[in-house]
Amino acid sequence: MSRRTDGGPRRRLAEGGIRALLLVLASTATLVVVLIFLFLAREGLPALERLSPEQLLSRRWQPTSESAPSFGLLPLLAGSGLVTALATLIALPFGVGGAVYLASFARAREREILKPVIELVAAVPSVVLGFFGIVTVGPALKQLLGLQTSLNALTGACVLAFMAIPTILTIAEDALRAVPRAHREAALALGASPWQASWSVVVPAALPGIGAAVMLGIGRVIGETMAVMMCTGNAAIITCDPTESVRTMTATIAAEMGEVVYGGLHYRVLFLIGLLLLSITLVVNLLAQRWVRASVGGRGS
Amino acid sequence: MTHRPWERAGTWLLRALTYAMAAGVVYVLGEIVVRGLPVIDLEFLTAAPREGGLAGGIFPAIVGTLWLVVGTALVSLPLGMGAAIYFSEYARDSRWSRWLRTGVITLAGIPSIVFGLFGLGLFVIFLGFGASVLAGSLTLAFMILPVIIVASEEALRTVPQAYREASLALGATRWQTIRHAVLPYALPGMLTGSILGIGRAAGETAPILFTVAAFYLPDLPSSVFDQVMALPYHLFILATQHPDPAARPMQYGTALVLVALVLGVNAVAIVARARFRRRYRS
Repeated sequence: MSRRTDGGPRRRLAEGGIRALLLVLASTATLVVVLIFLFLAREGLPALERLSPEQLLSRRWQPTSESAPSFGLLPLLAGSGLVTALATLIALPFGVGGAVYLASFARAREREILKPVIELVAAVPSVVLGFFGIVTVGPALKQLLGLQTSLNALTGACVLAFMAIPTILTIAEDALRAVPRAHREAALALGASPWQASWSVVVPAALPGIGAAVMLGIGRVIGETMAVMMCTGNAAIITCDPTESVRTMTATIAAEMGEVVYGGLHYRVLFLIGLLLLSITLVVNLLAQRWVRASVGGRGS
Repeated sequence: MTHRPWERAGTWLLRALTYAMAAGVVYVLGEIVVRGLPVIDLEFLTAAPREGGLAGGIFPAIVGTLWLVVGTALVSLPLGMGAAIYFSEYARDSRWSRWLRTGVITLAGIPSIVFGLFGLGLFVIFLGFGASVLAGSLTLAFMILPVIIVASEEALRTVPQAYREASLALGATRWQTIRHAVLPYALPGMLTGSILGIGRAAGETAPILFTVAAFYLPDLPSSVFDQVMALPYHLFILATQHPDPAARPMQYGTALVLVALVLGVNAVAIVARARFRRRYRS
């Protein structure tokens, strides 16, 4: 119908239409992020009008108490903080150590088997790992350490660490393998042992990437809900003792949202906790992305 | 090469850490298979739960999870694949497209329970869908959207640039080029990569807690506005409401079916991908 190579006006209209449609689809993710913020703020921020900062920063989380309901967020923040710190401490040696081993010392065949096996954890639903924590990890720790209860911060942290290790290991290993081979070979040629070449040349060069891996692992731990709710015992207390039962922000939302009156104060405070959680994970992930970018930039130079 | 003794010890320590983690994974999966397998029979897979989940089967939970998986796929596949086509084929390195990309990365980092709150606020309450398959599927779909976008983009990147250039040189428009020279080669990879994301949705609990999941609902859903039982939520309830050892078999059985479903979906995707790759190579 037309000999013009760009087709007739109809064709061009269709082209523009398709392009616009795809742009809309590509904008969905960003739109959802904005909507998430809006809805969490819409439902959660009104809580600030009804509770003073002192009430929100009190040490008592008893939202369902009939005589004097109290919405102190400190125990929940402390619970999330304790579990996250413990899980990170446990996951670090396995994640980073495993990445260094696989990138520098393992034989190719060994690596081809170990890495996929460890990455299999990502395909196991967190509720299954939480169940495993209840029936296996908790009782084992209780017996081993002679504890009062099997559901405590340490049990939760062990399960969370198990989930975070593959994240840390995979990303850190990628960062280590992205360091040019020549770096390592130059160090070896200068007489360094493989151990020295790894730890004083390759690891420092990959440090931003390893940092990003750890941050992404921490981000995953802070936001984890099911496993932590099932394993930590859910007592809203402030403690630094890993063998005590604690309650995290995520578990609080998951456990209590089912029983609140929509639009009530308790409902609003749970959304406020969600908003807080969202902000914390965004900051952690932003830091991680910074480091990823730094490591990619470093590779080019 | 000289190895100092403590360096050798250090290498052994790293090896031990790595093998310990791998052994832990094998142990967890092994336990679930060994303890779950004896529970699984025809009744377990085809009957409704009885006595608060301590007897009977998990059929309604399996069906509910399948409804959610299909619903999630129907929403997230077109959205994610379309977005990936835009990022890969249309977007230039402008400030606008960098913003959109940041949105995708940000979405990927949002905790699953926050998606649950979002789904509750937007779909269940604001849009009035109530707790339903529709609300749950939409929530899950937005959660796995980044996975699908990233996987699809990766598949699109493997199509050689020469295909596009040849098509454009023949006078084809951009969309004609994508439709006839890019998608036929990228589509299998896009689909299999996306299936991996959908498998993850099948195992998620936190996003469906307030948006769709029901504890006991022996009747199967008849429309997308119904609530359903779901495997992950069923396991959660069984594991937390029944601490006594008598409930263990049902718990392990449910865990095994859930893990098998998620890993099974993944395995299908991986096998399919390998087959497609071989076909295109020859």
